[in-house]
Formats: sequence, C-alpha cells, structure tokens
Amino acid sequence: MRMTPRSQRLALVLAGLVLAASAVGLTLYALRSNIDLFFTPGQIAAGEAPSQRRIRVGGLVEAGSVVREPQGLAVAFSVTDRAASLRVHYRGILPDLFREGQGVVVIGELAGDGGFDAARVLARHDETYMPPEVAAALAETGGPP
Amino acid sequence: MNATTLLVRLIPEYGQFALILALLLALVQAGVPLAGAATSRPLWMAYARPMAAGQFAFVLVAFGCLTASFLFDDFSVAYVADNSNTRLPWYYKATAAWASHEGSMLLWSLILAGWGFAVSRLARGLPRVMLARVLGVMGLVGSGFLLFILLTSNPFERRLPAIPAEGADLNPLLQDVGLIVHPPLLYMGYVGFSVVFAFAIAALLEGRLDSAWTRWVRPWTHLAWAFLTLGIALGSWWAYYELGWGGWWFWDPVENASLLPWLAGTALIHSLAVTDKRGGFKSWTLLLAVATFSLSLLGTFLVRSGILGSVHAFATDPARGAFILALLGLTVGASLLLFALRAPRADFTGFDWLSRDALLLINNLLLVTMTVSVLLGTLYPLILEALGLGTVSVGAPYFNTVFVPLVALLCLFMGLGPLARWKRMPARELWRRLAGAGLLALALGAMLPLVYAGRWNLGVSLGLTLALWLMLSLARDLLGKLRRGATWRAGLSRLTPGYWGMWLAHLGLAVTIVGVTVVSNYSVERNVRLALGERVAVAGYGFTLEALDERHGANYVADRATLAVARDGRRLYTLHPEKRRYTARARPMTEVALRPGLLRDLYVALGEPLGRDAWSLRIQYKPMVRWLWLGALMMALGAALAVLDRRYRQDRHQRRHGVPAPGREDVRS
Repeated sequence: MRMTPRSQRLALVLAGLVLAASAVGLTLYALRSNIDLFFTPGQIAAGEAPSQRRIRVGGLVEAGSVVREPQGLAVAFSVTDRAASLRVHYRGILPDLFREGQGVVVIGELAGDGGFDAARVLARHDETYMPPEVAAALAETGGPP
Repeated sequence: MNATTLLVRLIPEYGQFALILALLLALVQAGVPLAGAATSRPLWMAYARPMAAGQFAFVLVAFGCLTASFLFDDFSVAYVADNSNTRLPWYYKATAAWASHEGSMLLWSLILAGWGFAVSRLARGLPRVMLARVLGVMGLVGSGFLLFILLTSNPFERRLPAIPAEGADLNPLLQDVGLIVHPPLLYMGYVGFSVVFAFAIAALLEGRLDSAWTRWVRPWTHLAWAFLTLGIALGSWWAYYELGWGGWWFWDPVENASLLPWLAGTALIHSLAVTDKRGGFKSWTLLLAVATFSLSLLGTFLVRSGILGSVHAFATDPARGAFILALLGLTVGASLLLFALRAPRADFTGFDWLSRDALLLINNLLLVTMTVSVLLGTLYPLILEALGLGTVSVGAPYFNTVFVPLVALLCLFMGLGPLARWKRMPARELWRRLAGAGLLALALGAMLPLVYAGRWNLGVSLGLTLALWLMLSLARDLLGKLRRGATWRAGLSRLTPGYWGMWLAHLGLAVTIVGVTVVSNYSVERNVRLALGERVAVAGYGFTLEALDERHGANYVADRATLAVARDGRRLYTLHPEKRRYTARARPMTEVALRPGLLRDLYVALGEPLGRDAWSLRIQYKPMVRWLWLGALMMALGAALAVLDRRYRQDRHQRRHGVPAPGREDVRS
C-alpha cells in the first residue's frame, strides 16, 4: 500500500493528532485521580477537607505533642498552623529531620475520630528549608516562631 | 600579614576578576563571529576559536579560585562559610564547591565553556562559517549564564566585616562519593545538549542542513546523552543508599527535570539517525534539538528558582528564578521564531508504514508523548497555583499510570526497529524473523513469575515479557548479521561501533526494565523495633541486633548498631548501620548498611532509639535492584561506543586523502 508522500503526510498528521488527543485524555484522567490536595489544620478544623481521600496536610509539629507507643513503632503528634491543630497517627520510621517545632507535611487520610492517619511523613533534608505550602500557611496565621 | 597570606586572602578577588573577564570574552565570542558570519568577514569569524579557549581558561581560573577558597577555609566568603567547615575532610572541601546554588552555576558555566572549547578544538574540519555560528551561539548561552552568576549568584561574595570563625558545614547528605560525581556528570549531559542546540541554530541561520551537518552533530549528541544517562543513574543510586528509605526514583520535580531532556534527547538521537541515513525528519530534528536544550534550561529554572518543593530545593531568591525564566524565554522564543522563519520545508521522504523510518517515527511520537506527560505532571501544580486554584501535588501514581503503558508500547516497537529495513519492510519477512523471539518472550514471561516467586503476577509477566522481547530480538538481529558473512568472523568484522552501540544501549534498557519490574514487585520492607539480642526474619534472612555503640568520625558522632545476618542458621554477614549527628549544626543523618549483590540487596537503616537498648529499624530486601543502574551504564556505554563509529570521521579522512574512507558496508541499512 504505497501512498503518495502528500497523502501519507496527511495520514501522519491525523495519526499524530489522534495519538496526541488520546495521550491528553489519558493524562487528564490520570491527573484527576492522582493529585493530592493540600490543606492546613485550620481548614480541616473548618471542615473544608474531604474524608476518605488522600490529602496532604502541612504545619509545625507542636512542641511536647509527640507520644510514642513504648513497645512498637506507633507514634502520634500534633500538626499546627496556630489556628488549629490536628492529631496525626503514624506507624513507621520518622524522617531524620522530624523534630518538635519543625515544619512537616503529612500525607494520608482523615480518620473518623477527627484525627489523621498518615501514610507518609515528610520533613525536608535541609533544616533551614520550609515546605512552601507550610510557609504560606504559617504566614497567614502570624508567621513562623 | 605577610605577602603569602595576603595573596591567599585575595583569591576570591582573582576569581571575581576571572569571571568578569570570562564574561567579556564570552560576549565577544557571541557577537563578533555571528556578525562576521552574517556579513561574510573571515577575520571576524576567526575570533570564535580563541575566544572560546579564553572563556574556558578564565572560567577554569574562577572555578579554581573557588576551590582554593574552600581548601584554605576562607570563611569571609559567604558561600564557603555556608557550605564548609575546618573539620571537613579535604576532598569534601574541594567538592563542596558545587554543593549549593552559586557553585553549581559556576560548574555549569565551566562545563559549558568546556564543551565550547572542545568543539573549537575537535571541529577543525567544520566550515569556517558554521564554526563561527556554532561557537557564537555557545558564547551567547555562556554570556547569559556568566551574567546570571555575576548579577544574582556570585559565589565570591564576602561576608564582611563579621567573618565567622567556623563554617556551617556541608549538608551531611552531600558528604558522599555519589555527590562528588553526580552533579558534574549530570551537568555534562545537560550542558552537552547546548552543542547540538548551537549546531541547530547555526543550521537554521545558514538555511542549510546537509548530511555533513548530521555527521557532525550525532557524536556530540550521543556523548551528551551518555553523560546525562550516567548522571541520572548516579543520582538514583545516591538517593537509594543515602536517603535511608531505599527508593530509587521518586518522581520528584528535580528528577523529572533531568528526565525531560533525557527523553527529548533520546527522541533526538533516533530522529538524527533518520536524518543521517535517509535525509528525512530534518525540521523535526532541529525542533527536537531546540526542545532538548530548552528542557535542560527549564530543569535548571525549576531547580534554581525554588518554586517547586523538592529534596533539592535550596533557600531561594526570586531574582534568580526571574533571571533564568527570562533566559529560558529568550532562548525558546528566539529559537522558535528562527525555526518558524527558516526551517527546511518539504523534507518528507516517502516510506512504507512498515519500515524502519515508520518505526522510528513511532518511537519519536511515543518519546515526545512521554516528555509532554512528564512535563505536564511536573508543571500542573505550578499552573494551578498560578491560577489560584489551590495547592496540589502530583505524585508517583500519576506518573506511573501514564509512563508505564507508554514504555510498554515503546518496547513493543523497539523490538521491531533494528530488524526492519529502511523505506520498506515486508511484514511477512519481519514476522518470519521475529515470530520465534516474540513467542518465546511471551512464554518465558508468563512462566518466570511462577518459577521466581511461586505465584503468577501480571505486572511482572508483562515487564519480563517486554524485556525478553527486546533481548531476544536483539540476539536474533545479531545472529542474522553474523550469519550474513561468509564466515562467522567475516560477519563479525562487518559490524560497526555504531551498531554495537545501538545493540548495547537497547540491551541496557531491557536490563533496566528487568530491574524495575522485579524490585517494584518483589521488594520486602519491614519496619521493626529491635532490642539487643532480638531477631527478626525478613525475606528468609534472619537479622539479629548484637550490639549498640558509639563511634566518632571526623566531623560527626554516630550511634552504631551491629546486626548479624543469617540464613538457614548460617551466619553470613555483619552489618553496621549508623545514625550520625554532624556536630557543626547538630544535623542528624542516617547511614545505611548495605549488602549489595547482583540478585539482591540487603538494606538496613536505623530509625530512632526507642528507650534503652532498642531501636526502630527499617530492613529491606531489594531483589535485582542493581540491574537498574547496570542497564543505565550499558545505555551510556552504548552511546559512547557509537561515538567511535568511523562514519563520523569520514569527512576528515576524505579531506586528508581526497577519497572517501574505505568504509565498511553499513549493515544497518
């Protein structure tokens, strides 16, 4: 099936368009189901965050709030943006730079009891660095300490 | 103060002067040869080579001065004070030069000037006008970056008069051999694409793109791609053992920033093959060359501006982001405008739907689709935020959903490509050659998960089938080529380095896919609490915590655990994971204990102390994780091997002897 270069080029452009369209469709679909929205503890206290959906919450680890289970790896701590605080439950190993008073981002779902079940806890690798969302959230409620 | 001390104290000033001189030379390198090429003045064009050498020399001096400032612990220099410490071992002092933003940019400029110098030395056979334009464009890019350093990120800035007595120390994560080599290699790749970019702009200015051009460009592109591949692989390896949780790819924006030019560069390499062999895809090749380097610049912008939260984010300065964004906009805008005005038209060469041309076209479409989808996922949070639609993050699930099917498609066609002929390939013949390989790959792929893990797993089967398909079709291709000669040896001697390079690089991808498939599906991770004397079993290995003690390093104190690893009651290894505290800023750092192997890694990281004589530990079993990086190494070696192909040196030979080199028959066509 030989075609003239002209009609072949046309077919190519059409094939390219079809491919591009399906790629965009696939991409948008994947984006819609795979993005994590960010909330502050204040927004969660105001009921703005969806439950049963993966979200990110950022703030400071409240001083004196970290409680460990003596015989296991479970740990609970509060994340605050000074407007409100959220109790976070996590089982696993916390990052090196996790400390009271430090900015963290937790990823997980809201639990039924008003707490938060974290699947991951992120603290950045440079202690002078503040996750931008956390910095913005804190700036709105009076700035970092 | 005696004369020697004074000279040492002034080192940052020498560096500063050298940088300014380098900028001036770069400006001349950009302006005069380009103007000379436009007005056909040989004398002006002749400025290109000496200026390229001069720019390189002075950036090298500046870089040497920065390194010297680190070695002499000159904490009056803000950058040194922030990134070094008297107790840092000397090799980390030297390599701390590129530990943070300012020094990285200087290294970037140094490498850019280095590539320019290399082109000016090695491209002796290039027509004068072409050389003037290529070096002129590289001079333009160089001036942009040197200006950027001098205006917004000067590494020689002093912190006077309050000179700190001690430096803040290098980020402990960066005190590692992986980091010594990762940035230079990555930058060699990023910046290496500036060469093909400059060649593309030169071709557009000249309005001509002939086969000599392609033969000039291909080796440079291969080389840049090889460096980028190594750089990315090294970064992944470093993250794996240094970050303490055993991941090897996080779809972090900064990783994506290096993947984008890699994908576009891969497309470029294949498009160049068509341009070289068939004279087709010319304007497409030029567009890809522009896109690849633009994506390198975009990556720099994303990392340096700090608009993306990332492992690599530094404390940031909006002026820097704005400057690089302007540079990026200017580069992309000007190149695309030039492209619109001057791109070669009607370069379409007819080919059948089943031919190597068509398969390479599919390869390019897929690679570009991958590039765009990764770009979209990386920029999506920024776009939403800019539009005020909220803060979101796009995580690994998105990238995996989009990327994996595209890679699978790519592999499917990739198995066909090397065996298909240019222009036209009868389907019947392709089937005859490859049906065996395909069926065998399917059968083995379906069986292997059962053999390996005792249970069927669709993901693993799919991944292994694709990898086997690639391997078997490559083997089939090689056998066919060997058989074509009168003897086995004759067949072998007809194979070119270009062919071997392709073969090795494609095989490398298959090896990487095996690694990714196995490690993603069969890794075992256990987070446990272990007290002294307690034992835990992970993936058939028993780990016993035998001792806890303290160890003092040069600039840190470490809690060290001793674990005995046993299998079937036999003691195999002793592992020593550490939790270090770097004293200068009391920064904690997990030092992983690894037992590497071709078939599996054992990976132990200390978590936190839990009361007396007990720690939380992360213990992992990572099967075939080494294959990931082994495959990448093969890809890079393959690309480097292709550079040696005699095809790229024929012009020189021809010039010297007046006849074409006695080239081997090109077995690829």
